[in-house]
Amino acid sequence: MLRLFKKILTTGIVTEPVKVPKDAELEQLGIAIKRHIERRYTGSIAIRQIDAGSCNGCELEIHALNNPYYDIERFGIHFVASPRHADVLLVTGPVSRHMQTALLRTYEATPDPKWVVAVGDCAACGGEFGISYASCGAVSNVIPVDAVIAGCPPTPLALLQGLLSLCERH
Amino acid sequence: MNALNWTETLRQQLEVSGIVVDQQESAYTPHALVWQVAAEAWQQLAELSMLQGLRWSAGWAEENGEQFTVHALLEKQGVYLLTRTSIGYKKPELPSQATVYPAANRSERHTHDMFGIKFIGHPDKRPWTRHKAWDKHTHPLRKDFPVQGSPEIITPPDMDYPFIRSHGAGTYEIPVGPVHAGIIEPGHFRFQAVGELILNLEERLGYVHKGIEKIAEGRTPQSLARLAGRVSGDTTVSHSWAACIAMEQAAGLSIPGRAALIRGILAERERVANHLGDIGAICNDVAFVFAQMQFSRLRENWLRTHATVFGHRLLMDCVIPGGVKSDVSDSDCRLIKQDIIQLRKELTDIITALDLNSSLEDRVYTAGFLPEDIAAAFGTVGYVGRASGQDFDVRRDLAYPPYDQVKFKVALENQGDIASRFWIRYKEIIAALKLIEQFIDLLTPGEILNEWHVPVAGSEGLGIVEGWRGEIIAFVRFDGDNKISRFYPRDPSILNWPVLEKLVLNNIVPDFPVCNKSLNGSYSGNDL
Repeated sequence: MLRLFKKILTTGIVTEPVKVPKDAELEQLGIAIKRHIERRYTGSIAIRQIDAGSCNGCELEIHALNNPYYDIERFGIHFVASPRHADVLLVTGPVSRHMQTALLRTYEATPDPKWVVAVGDCAACGGEFGISYASCGAVSNVIPVDAVIAGCPPTPLALLQGLLSLCERH
Repeated sequence: MNALNWTETLRQQLEVSGIVVDQQESAYTPHALVWQVAAEAWQQLAELSMLQGLRWSAGWAEENGEQFTVHALLEKQGVYLLTRTSIGYKKPELPSQATVYPAANRSERHTHDMFGIKFIGHPDKRPWTRHKAWDKHTHPLRKDFPVQGSPEIITPPDMDYPFIRSHGAGTYEIPVGPVHAGIIEPGHFRFQAVGELILNLEERLGYVHKGIEKIAEGRTPQSLARLAGRVSGDTTVSHSWAACIAMEQAAGLSIPGRAALIRGILAERERVANHLGDIGAICNDVAFVFAQMQFSRLRENWLRTHATVFGHRLLMDCVIPGGVKSDVSDSDCRLIKQDIIQLRKELTDIITALDLNSSLEDRVYTAGFLPEDIAAAFGTVGYVGRASGQDFDVRRDLAYPPYDQVKFKVALENQGDIASRFWIRYKEIIAALKLIEQFIDLLTPGEILNEWHVPVAGSEGLGIVEGWRGEIIAFVRFDGDNKISRFYPRDPSILNWPVLEKLVLNNIVPDFPVCNKSLNGSYSGNDL
């Protein structure tokens, strides 16, 4: 147990101001997100992530938002287990035809007001997979989309920027 | 017994049984033989191979004009035997190998859904990849099936799949998914339980079927490498590597030595990144947040070096046909080596803290037990197999470049529980770090890309590499005009998913997440 405490103490706090492309600019973004969330969403927004057919690359980077560097919860954003608890749906992947109904039902289960963010190139336009017998392509082909975060996959910073731009618009 | 002995023995036994083997010329290197047999002998071939101790590794089909060619890839002692047979287009039927090899079960069901080839005697008649996006009379991988298909506006849910049921006092069913509670890929699990005890688990996958095999048709080599890199996003290096080897074999193209070393560095870096993430996630699933935070911090540091050196946090599109996309400079190599020194030191601290933690031990020792005989019967690969005594690693046993230039030890355990899979992964990180250092030391100035030359129409290739999850197979056949006519990627998950149904038995439902994470199958790589 002592070793554990020692490691915690020597590691210290690694959370850093979100940086790149410009430190100051993005730190301001972080503060801006927080202000928006405090004002508009009484302190926090809840996100439900749905993989509608991705290769799992986007999920890895969404996971990274919870690591100690980005620690997205400090901005008042947290991930929830049910669409019924969510304000925002974060949808990845081209929508596979086999996931189409599940996505529609998840969307319907999310209480209003709700926002949908399409994450990654596949969710934005179908990406490498496009539209086929097995894929509906972009998320917007299946449910209404409020914001798009491009990238294959988008970096954690791009995800944060995308979420901020959504907050600013709503 | 050396490899040539067993192939000769098997061949003699086949002849004694009246099965004629037509050994064909193959460009597959190294160590792969191609045997063609008659369709009637397909099951008998499997039986004799099983008796000889061969492992069933992959199965797929392709349409060639008036007929289908069905392939089954078998392996023993690092030597691969690609067996194939031809069947008519009008009445495509073949005796099932799944009666002999359980590993062939889902693969044959996939082939049935995609091609309409009937496997006579198959123990499970239910569809596997097919839900409702196409009907049972049409088959997407047939050449006359249009890539756009004829989908309904809204594909109906797969409601009437006949799951195994349980009856009796106190038994109940838990349906889970396809949308899961975490940040994770979709799939469905159906539990039968009594109290908290799991009596049975059945997986229903196929939700992220994106038609990868179909949309591969007609692609150029460069475009196929990109697609292969998205079969499973966490295995982008190894899948594109396997696909590139297959295409390079078909084209008769070798790659520069420096490119092979860089591919090795990329693959080992991918292995380390994923094991770091998964070890943390296993701890998180037993509510040990300290470890999750520490490992996700180390993973983030590691990914940032990916981005600095290779330009992409997950290393996508770094492996391309003929070599690699970008070179590493001397300063890159110094950075990579410094990183490794730092990571080793940190891991030692953290692992010591974990090893002394009894609350973690309580949850992972003896839980999720996979016995050696079941691991062997299902042909389990990678860390899941190696934690249950399956001493197989393509890097060592096939010794493809650059692994032919280095000596390294493959970790092996036989307790078969979550703890065992945890420690195997830790040992694989340590081994991978050493491999990266060795590859860097072997780097000499030179080219990183050989010019592509167009393969002859009809030529084929077979790429086999050890991804971080285990053995990856890629089969490629070219059409004319430098275009792909068939691509089959076999992710290790296709072999490993079935054993999850076995290793959760007699565990409690709340331990399912950590059992699942210790295996961590890819949904995308399975569903294709």
